[in-house]
Amino acid sequence: MTRRRIGLEELEDLAIGAAVLGTGGGGDPYVGKLWARQRILDRGPVELLDVDEVADDALVVAAAMMGAPSVIVEKIPGGSELLAAFRAVEQACGARADAVMCIEAGGINSTIPFAVAADLGLPVVDGDGMGRAFPEVQMVSFAAHGLPATPMAVADELGNVTLLRSVSAEWAERLGRALVVAEGGASVIAQYPVRGRDLKLAAIRGTLTLALQIGADLRRAGRQSRRAIEDLTSRLGGALLFHGKIVDLRRETASGFVRGAVDIGGLDRWAGSSCQVTFQNENLVAIVDGTVLASVPDLITLLEEESAHPVTTERLRFGMRVFVLALPCAPLWREPRGLAKAGPRCFGLDLDYVPFERRLARP
Amino acid sequence: MSLRIGVDVGGTNTDAVLVDASDRVLARAKVPTSPDVVSGVRAALARILTPPPREPVTAAMLGTTQCTNAVVQRRGLRRVAIVRLGAPATAAVPPLADWPPDLRSVVAGPVTLVAGGHDYMGHELAPLDEAGVRRAAAEAAERDLPLAIVGVFSAVNPEHERRAAEICAGVAGPEHPVSISSEIGSVGLLERENATVLNAALTDVAGAATRSFEEAVKAACGAEACYFTQNDGTLMALAYARRYPSLMLASGPANSMRGAAFLSGVAEALVVDVGGTTTDIGVLVDGFPREAPFVVEVAGVRTNFRMPDVVSLPLGGGTVVRRKGGSVALGPDSVGSRLLGEGLAFGGRRTTFTDVVLALGRAELDVPVRRPRIPPEVAEAAYRLATELLDRGVDRMRPSSEPLPVIGVGGGSVLLPSCLGGNLEVVRPADFAVANAIGAAISEVSGSVDRIVALGSRSTEEVREEVRREAFAQAVAAGADAGAVRIVLWEEIPVAYLPGNAMRLRARAAGPLARGR
Repeated sequence: MTRRRIGLEELEDLAIGAAVLGTGGGGDPYVGKLWARQRILDRGPVELLDVDEVADDALVVAAAMMGAPSVIVEKIPGGSELLAAFRAVEQACGARADAVMCIEAGGINSTIPFAVAADLGLPVVDGDGMGRAFPEVQMVSFAAHGLPATPMAVADELGNVTLLRSVSAEWAERLGRALVVAEGGASVIAQYPVRGRDLKLAAIRGTLTLALQIGADLRRAGRQSRRAIEDLTSRLGGALLFHGKIVDLRRETASGFVRGAVDIGGLDRWAGSSCQVTFQNENLVAIVDGTVLASVPDLITLLEEESAHPVTTERLRFGMRVFVLALPCAPLWREPRGLAKAGPRCFGLDLDYVPFERRLARP
Repeated sequence: MSLRIGVDVGGTNTDAVLVDASDRVLARAKVPTSPDVVSGVRAALARILTPPPREPVTAAMLGTTQCTNAVVQRRGLRRVAIVRLGAPATAAVPPLADWPPDLRSVVAGPVTLVAGGHDYMGHELAPLDEAGVRRAAAEAAERDLPLAIVGVFSAVNPEHERRAAEICAGVAGPEHPVSISSEIGSVGLLERENATVLNAALTDVAGAATRSFEEAVKAACGAEACYFTQNDGTLMALAYARRYPSLMLASGPANSMRGAAFLSGVAEALVVDVGGTTTDIGVLVDGFPREAPFVVEVAGVRTNFRMPDVVSLPLGGGTVVRRKGGSVALGPDSVGSRLLGEGLAFGGRRTTFTDVVLALGRAELDVPVRRPRIPPEVAEAAYRLATELLDRGVDRMRPSSEPLPVIGVGGGSVLLPSCLGGNLEVVRPADFAVANAIGAAISEVSGSVDRIVALGSRSTEEVREEVRREAFAQAVAAGADAGAVRIVLWEEIPVAYLPGNAMRLRARAAGPLARGR
């Protein structure tokens, strides 16, 4: 097996691929990428470790930011707070971490683990807890497998470190969110300390390699964006749901969520059709001519036609030409225990989940 | 009755117009842009002021690409001392981390990170480290480096940046150039910092540009009041332009769009500005250029200036047409200003887009030319490529499927088809060729507010009113006629993953120059 190292070029790929897995949300990976780049410039590339390479009794801890991406683009981390959070969780576990884990391969949290991994000289595990972006702490494969989110440490740039031991992942979300707000809207967290054997059981595997591959393909696409997007879609078992131009856009904010919908008027083989994608930070449902074609937890991503780059909900705008893609979520999310954590009803939708492949196969 | 002058310095041509108090165009001129810029401006001024007008010229407005060229060519830029207020936050990503190395090596000076800045609610993150600011100012004064100051969430609360600027003025003297980020960019620390550093780096370029324009205008007509036009299509006084040169990085497209709005009398339209090498397509909303969202790259640097939303197509009057195998290729290279010597219609040997249009009999020029002979299938194919390119550009920019007019401006707009984007009629107003200079001449004065507000216990209406009042007050303070100020831009963008219903509010108020200003 060839060991993969994540250096500066790979970070660029990762940032693009992670935005695809971010399904419109998850925060722009840009700041995380620059942070990781600084650390890699100082300390050298970070090793990417296959889940199977992790020893059964090794300790793996997830690193992430929690809060508003629009805060982190202003109040950029100091750099040492993630280390402090990590140390707090290690202390609570009574052991040093052997590897760093990414909890959310979609969005800004894809790149942040590499910053702390470079500092600690630890590898990053090739996998995550979502295989995409989700908004809350309990929407994680480890939680769906009954593994605890805590001990979890929330830390800020001033040096405040809070260690949480919660009765459930839902409580870790609730308490963590309150701390994040008190600390100015964005903090870093170390959470879900797991042993290698549990990692092998519960991690969604290969998602960082997947993001790297997607990013590399799209970065190389250049003017052949459509070809690249079609190739990518078929290779990943996804589907091109729609191609068109944004004709209407509604966004509103409510209790920390940006809710809304974007209407897309069809082009070429979709001429005369219309597509609506609804979102709550992340894209939730794609409807074409009144028929639901895909829904959360499957991935719905909008790619800008010109650049083949993914578009977050905050950057949607009138007149933009986009491709709407559906990619299959990790199999776990299609099981009852996965749907209980992150199915359509967890997002307040009155909709039963049907995999998009089945929806598309219907006459 | 008093007269005004509008000048626009573009990459190829320098245009000038003379307008009266009712905005009627009395004289117009188009001359080649000179390498030193100012002699081209003098030549254009001389043309529009001959014979001398009977009424006095009271104001002159200039839009110029000098600052853009300086950044793109890395010429005349100053090294900048950077002060960040936010420690211990923000240390993870140092300033200029993502700049092109060649530009960074020219501009990067000492970096000081001190305690200060605010959170998204506007509360202090930490008290401002005044001693730290003082030390940075002393070093900048010692080494004669302009200062760029950027504080965390200064778009929400600029207090620390303002205090730091005061301290710097105290240490380095009131004349020492200091740029503060809350007056330049919007939310997004790195992008706003980049914008602020570019602004400081342009100190000398701006000084030279403002000085030479003022001298040229005084020598030509004695007008006292000189203004520069900025990216949003409104004016800034000379002293302000010297301090905020970065605000004119995209004044060219803004001027031509404002000119198009004025000449056509249409406030909602697409504007297609056809030059020698490129075609810029922008959108007019309420008579002002629609702004580009979020990040705008300037010469490889991510910034968040207020910039007009423009798509630039590689198509102009001088775009070269070639036969490649069995097919026809259009550009992207252009003979540019050499069209008059090298184009077929002008006796040259290069087939250009202008020649194609003339050969097809789809346009006539106001100068005598010979009708170029191009095989009809080649001309048709090239014309079809050009139309497809324009259609795509128009389609990309139009806000909705509702019909709206397309205003053609710029010297090359005679080459446009009569209809674009399927069903949109192209109109070409009188004086279309100097629309950008007219845009400069009729510019208004504005005030802008851009901030994140957490509603908390306040009602949305209360916050809106506060922002509205502030934008009005800023416009009047900048010289607008208080009785004629109105809101020309209003945007509310929800902020994700943040409790307390935070939103980003952007507002701009604008009005004509008050009399006597």
